[in-house]
Amino acid sequence: MANRGSPPDGELVQLLTPEGERIESVTGPDGTEYRVDFTDEEYRGLYRDLVIVRKLDAEATALQRQGELGIWASLLGQEAAQVGSGRALRPQDMAFPTYREHGVLYCRGIDPIMPLGLFRGVDQGGWDPNEFKFNMYTIVIGAQTLHATGYAMGVAMDGKTGTEDGEAVIAYFGDGATSQGDVNESFIWAGVFNAPLVFFCQNNQYAISEPLERQTRIPLYRRAGGFGFPGIRVDGNDVLASYAVTRAALDHARAGQGPTMIEAYTYRMGAHTTSDDPTRYRIASEVEAWQAKDPIKRMRAFLDKQQLADEAFFAEVDEQARREAVHLRERVLAMPDPEPQTIFDHVYPNGSPLLDQEREQFGRYLASFEGSH
Amino acid sequence: MAETLTMGKALNIGLRRALERDPKVVIMGEDVGKLGGVFRITDGLQKDFGDSRVIDTPLAESGIIGTAVGLAIRGYRPVCEIQFDGFVYPAYDQIVSQVAKMHYRSRGKVRVPIVIRIPFGGGIGAVEHHSESPEAYFAHTAGLKVVSCASPADAYFMIQQAISSDDPIIFLEPKRRYWEKGEVELDAPVESAYPLHASRIARPGTDVTVLAYGPMVRTALDAASAAAEEGRSLEVVDLRTLSPLDLAPVYESVRRTGRCVVVHEAPGNVGLGAELAARITEECFYSLEAPVLRVTGFDTPYPAARIEEEYLPDLDRVLDAVDRSFGW
Repeated sequence: MANRGSPPDGELVQLLTPEGERIESVTGPDGTEYRVDFTDEEYRGLYRDLVIVRKLDAEATALQRQGELGIWASLLGQEAAQVGSGRALRPQDMAFPTYREHGVLYCRGIDPIMPLGLFRGVDQGGWDPNEFKFNMYTIVIGAQTLHATGYAMGVAMDGKTGTEDGEAVIAYFGDGATSQGDVNESFIWAGVFNAPLVFFCQNNQYAISEPLERQTRIPLYRRAGGFGFPGIRVDGNDVLASYAVTRAALDHARAGQGPTMIEAYTYRMGAHTTSDDPTRYRIASEVEAWQAKDPIKRMRAFLDKQQLADEAFFAEVDEQARREAVHLRERVLAMPDPEPQTIFDHVYPNGSPLLDQEREQFGRYLASFEGSH
Repeated sequence: MAETLTMGKALNIGLRRALERDPKVVIMGEDVGKLGGVFRITDGLQKDFGDSRVIDTPLAESGIIGTAVGLAIRGYRPVCEIQFDGFVYPAYDQIVSQVAKMHYRSRGKVRVPIVIRIPFGGGIGAVEHHSESPEAYFAHTAGLKVVSCASPADAYFMIQQAISSDDPIIFLEPKRRYWEKGEVELDAPVESAYPLHASRIARPGTDVTVLAYGPMVRTALDAASAAAEEGRSLEVVDLRTLSPLDLAPVYESVRRTGRCVVVHEAPGNVGLGAELAARITEECFYSLEAPVLRVTGFDTPYPAARIEEEYLPDLDRVLDAVDRSFGW
């Protein structure tokens, strides 16, 4: 098993080193300058997001271990890529997630209980995508990239690009998904139709057990060149660079300049899901090497060094995260199972006589047990 | 005023009406623009409505359906053309896992009013993958509705009804009947047309009920004419809607005739005919004088064109089944 750490060709946009040193700005290969201009409060806000997102994720993992969730797909290690890109979205921008974008979901203002309903098995993730500008989770790998592309085509058809307040769309997917036909078709479509779309690939190095080398011979961000639009790699464990690169790509898209692919170079610190055992396919030293690049640690080091936050602040953030996690747990345990008859609801907007018949028959069947024990 | 039109032209005018009525309707597919589609069903539409409403897509069927889902989430009403039946399979995942399930998964918050038009069935002397009947795959999938037209008049109204429905609909067009003509009341309002999800008696009769849809309705009607000369009265029901099935008129008919023959081009094994036979048996058991019989394509891949007429159910095979029903 290879020990994977920094990207082999070295190219990576970074604004915050693992030691917490700020890099003022980075100029990309096409001359785009990547920088952030946050207030002290905004820096602290990003740190708060990272800590809360990680804590809620850990709580969900614990709930799964205790039998309260069927399964959980942890984002551990990918907080910066998700919070950075999630906060880079403007209110009018639309996101199309996989099933691991709990951090982006949090940034979109969706109650973090929502995905737990899906993984607990009481629903299938039914938040309103249009209310939050965040679509439902998609479990079939890569399918959502085509939805994002179609939606982005619709944005352009509505005349909502080419202005500063235009709309952009972001499609999330992983390194494994880049092998899917749908993802490659979406690259073609987005390029041909100049769709206002950002492809945000979190390269966390593994598709369950399969390492990146099983998906590609070239760095993922360089795939974009073959489809005719820019690709850029960012340090996915750097929340500032993830923000800067995503914001630039979104603004590029909303201006009518077409798609960009971002490869957020990161690492899945945990298992693929709670059903997985990563010790079977990766070595401890690799995980340790990535621990040194932890996204939260470096943000804390930065705030500390710049005297933007003190111990009281860090303690207060930890306390808020703890409270939110407790609250989440309480509400998960209180989630009711759906009523059996709801099986038949919402199959069709206009209903179906077949389902009406089955619902009625099932109701009579259930009623036949009433009074018996 | 009624006009005499081919089914292809009736579909073309129906699509035109839908584009006129609702600015959110977009047509997308391979070669649907300048060329007007390989069967010319979208002929002239891009010229009149522009290339952002009649969209020539890249050559990838999953992409057509997947982007249609995104457009639908954005508020559009995509009408996708799959060029031939045998080319729908690359899009199967998007249709079955995404289009069909979006409304259910979202507990009704997301609607994807997509119509997927598929020229289907054989009889045109085509090479392989151009003559298939994939309806059972889709009728088996909850969340999809499946319809098929059999006449120019139905084609004209049903395509408009399908487009204005919020349900995702697989719209199967019997390609061998594209050139057959019939009367179409072009000025009649679509609102007063026969309902989309309803079967209809295409020819009344008293002795045997023959169930058919799409390309086989014409075959069944021809069989009924031939049978009449021999003194047998066949009642032909055009099913029109394959999912959900509209079986009340079928049950009523079978209870009268006591006999039923189902005809479709698709292979018989685990096909729509099996579902029909099972339901008719459950509902009309004491009225049946004979088992429900099926006349279908064989359980083989679609054969080479020079022998497709042997594969396809025809007038004689329908009459043979009628004879067997009476011989029970």
